[in-house]
Amino acid sequence: MHSFGYRANALITLGVTVLALMCAMASLSDNLNFPTPSAQVQVLNVNWFQKQRNGNEEVSLTLNISADLQSLFTWNTKQVFVFLAAEYETPKNSLNQVSLWDGIIPSKEHAKFLIHATNKYRFIDQGSNLQGKEFNLTLHWHVMPKTGKMFADKIVMTGYRLPEEYR
Amino acid sequence: GREIPIVHRVIKVHERQDTGEVDVLTKGDNNYGDDRLLYAHGQLWLQRHHIMGRAVGFLPYVGWVTIIMTEKPIIKYILIGALGLLVITSKD
Repeated sequence: MHSFGYRANALITLGVTVLALMCAMASLSDNLNFPTPSAQVQVLNVNWFQKQRNGNEEVSLTLNISADLQSLFTWNTKQVFVFLAAEYETPKNSLNQVSLWDGIIPSKEHAKFLIHATNKYRFIDQGSNLQGKEFNLTLHWHVMPKTGKMFADKIVMTGYRLPEEYR
Repeated sequence: GREIPIVHRVIKVHERQDTGEVDVLTKGDNNYGDDRLLYAHGQLWLQRHHIMGRAVGFLPYVGWVTIIMTEKPIIKYILIGALGLLVITSKD
């Protein structure tokens, strides 16, 4: 009853149980945080437009992405993954979501930013629906914890529109 | 070898009006390019049946048990052997 084996077993079980409890409490503490993020995106320029050989249209954009995501960070936050997606509807597809840009925010200090960039990933339609297309730009973020549950949310910005004609 | 699941991020979704089927493109966060190099030859998109699930949280270091047992299988045998010994030698 007091052998090394029994004692080692009891100790390890206790250790794992305590660790699991601490992980759960750390994760639950994230629920006490009520973030107030803000974001704004400007489409500065539609750089070019091309029609691929398979008929799919592609457009290139220069964007100003500004956001303040500092309130998302808690002591249990490892990093925040943020990405900007263009969302629109076409006759063939009820929903198209295309990621244009993403980034990793490693700490609270980096969470307030203004990015001036062309789209990191190609904005390609399944078809030729982009001329004059109205679309939303949605900034999504995933708050990755040091341990426990991951939180995801977004800000939807509406009212963007691609030009009818291209030079 | 065996199929292994990969946890990557969805960067493109196209959903059909009529059928509700989706075309999905994924990419690992730390990779430069998307996963088309990982897909089957000629495959450009994933469909719902290719997707097993979604990540909802993190348990740090728990995966090391599986990694160590896969990379050094001897540890797997030692562990099972020791457990077997414990069962055989226990008095209950």
